[in-house]
Amino acid sequence: MQRRTLLSTIGLSTLGAMAGLGRPGAADAATPGVSATEIKIGNTEAYSGPASAYGAIGHGLVAYFKMVNDQGGVGGRKINFITVDDGYSPPRTVEQTRRLVEQDGVAFILNALGTPNNTAIEKYMNAKKVPQLFVATGADKWGDYQHYHWTMGWQPSYRIEAAVYAKDILANKPGAKIGILYQNDDFGKDYIAGMQDGLGAKFKAMVVKTASYEVTDPTIDSQIVTLQGAGADTLLVAATPKFAAQAIRKVFDINWKPLFFMTNVSSSVGAVIKPAGFDKAVGVTTVGYAKDPTDAAWANDAGMQEWRGFMAKYMPNADLSDANYVYAYGVGVTTMQVLRQCGKDFSRANIMKQAANLHDLVVPTLLPGIKINTSPTNYHPIRQMQLQKWNGKTWERFGQIVGA
Amino acid sequence: MDGLLHQVFSGLATGGIYASVALALVMIYQATHHVNFAQGEMAMFSTYIALTLIQAGVPYWWAFAITLVVSFAIGAVIQRVLMTPMANAPVLASVGIFIGLLLMFNSCAGWFFGYTLKPFPSPFGEGKPMLAGYLSRHELGSTAVTLAVLLSVWAFFRFTRLGLAMRAAAYNPASSRLVGVNVDRMLALGWGLAAAIGAIAGMMVAHVVFLEPNMMSGVLLYAFAGALLGGITSPMGAVIGGFVVGVLENLGGAYVVGAELKLSLALVIIVAVLVIKPSGLFGRTIVSRV
Repeated sequence: MQRRTLLSTIGLSTLGAMAGLGRPGAADAATPGVSATEIKIGNTEAYSGPASAYGAIGHGLVAYFKMVNDQGGVGGRKINFITVDDGYSPPRTVEQTRRLVEQDGVAFILNALGTPNNTAIEKYMNAKKVPQLFVATGADKWGDYQHYHWTMGWQPSYRIEAAVYAKDILANKPGAKIGILYQNDDFGKDYIAGMQDGLGAKFKAMVVKTASYEVTDPTIDSQIVTLQGAGADTLLVAATPKFAAQAIRKVFDINWKPLFFMTNVSSSVGAVIKPAGFDKAVGVTTVGYAKDPTDAAWANDAGMQEWRGFMAKYMPNADLSDANYVYAYGVGVTTMQVLRQCGKDFSRANIMKQAANLHDLVVPTLLPGIKINTSPTNYHPIRQMQLQKWNGKTWERFGQIVGA
Repeated sequence: MDGLLHQVFSGLATGGIYASVALALVMIYQATHHVNFAQGEMAMFSTYIALTLIQAGVPYWWAFAITLVVSFAIGAVIQRVLMTPMANAPVLASVGIFIGLLLMFNSCAGWFFGYTLKPFPSPFGEGKPMLAGYLSRHELGSTAVTLAVLLSVWAFFRFTRLGLAMRAAAYNPASSRLVGVNVDRMLALGWGLAAAIGAIAGMMVAHVVFLEPNMMSGVLLYAFAGALLGGITSPMGAVIGGFVVGVLENLGGAYVVGAELKLSLALVIIVAVLVIKPSGLFGRTIVSRV
């Protein structure tokens, strides 16, 4: 008799725990980082080190959540956004992430920067079942919902982007001899894979030369010379801002005039085109998915006015030509949509469930026509983009919104 | 053939960068018998000072001169404040300071000036490339500047009493003191001059690689390889070593090992020199009496 009581008690409590998942209040106590008054969100960023230009994203997110809190927060709670420096060094990302998860007890990690950095923590995050949301990298691997249920990308994947360039080349310059300059890591190699996707069987015949560089190289002059020497008349550059700016200038200096495709990563006017020289970049083609802050077309755009209002109030001293702030705002808007959809249940499971349940979300800083969609089998929130060409003053969009 | 020539010339252009930084390394080594790992970051910081002056409307060569003076002062002050207490400490303590300086200058530059890429003007004008597109005006001009610096450094150590006193102070501080050389002042002077030479290198490099706080991190390693190859005691050797490393790196990357192993090539040069001929191609073997 006694034994049966015991068993049924266990049974009841298990049932209760299962039911508790959907019950507001019960889950709150169980979810680390979520109290009655606040939600703790963690973030690692490259405030120092070789990628520190991206530190602007972290500053942008801090300002964004300050605005959210001033407007009353979400679900009656304020956001406590804890962002720390990892110097773009993966071992430090691991150390800082463990600190955020185990000591600070954040509910989830948002928009951690860098492909190698997120790679270093993805196993840990998934073992711990802590959401690793909207990582700040476009590597294709961040859509792997089957193996990494708790990890989700945000921006279009590099691989999809490269396939868009390949299709454009096939349509407009079918006889092209393509040279590719790429950073020797996951980021750069995604562009090779994307070109293979897009060109298919023609890849071997059309790509005459690929050249790689390491982030430690002082210049990429030699690689550009190699590509030109191989007879390429079409150039794809998958390089981070510093090397992209060098590439634009070197191509101009040696009087080479290839059809020039540049990764979206290095399309920032303030960080790449301006240092390289406005006139030297004429003709460079890239894709865009966000509105460019320097584009006069958005001067009276409601979405960008909203962003400018935010910048004026919360980041009055920031450089308005830096597209990283636009990026941060877009990530912030997406995150808030997820949290609002959570209702009163801020358990990690529900946060992940809602992140994979976004439908036609319109973000004011994304190009018109681009919508955010996710599902349990689609972890690439932004899959659309549009080709654009530098005309000496601004990025001029052309063609349709394309995507995969 | 055309491709090969292109690789050689672009190698000479980057080699010029390594050569100018290598010169600063030789300077500090001649004056203190230490290799300052923070030399590159100090040069980068000086370049930011120059850019700030230029943006404030100071003409290029005035900004150039002021930057040299300020850099000299910074170098001398660092020696006085940070290195003097380390005079009798083990080498590792000095290395600790160098690494600390490296991090400090890097972070401070980011904090003061931001991490965004900045273009740095060239005093030689933009203009069209010369020599059938092989070399730009800036590459020619900066090579000339490097050679001029080399000549002055060489003449300074070879012909002036001050240069002699400085070498003596580095070789044997105790004996130098006994013959009346003010060793502390010599060390401060050495740091100041090295910082000034570094500043010149920074201002020449920045036009090519763009100015940002990490501009020198990659360059320093190649410069170190160049300085070692030529012999760290020889200004001439360091410059030749710098050019050789630049060309070797390009040719090796393009035709032999592939671009992935360019950096490894620099490290192989360092190790090979240390194993086969530690004094380098043009350096003197230093014998210390114990």
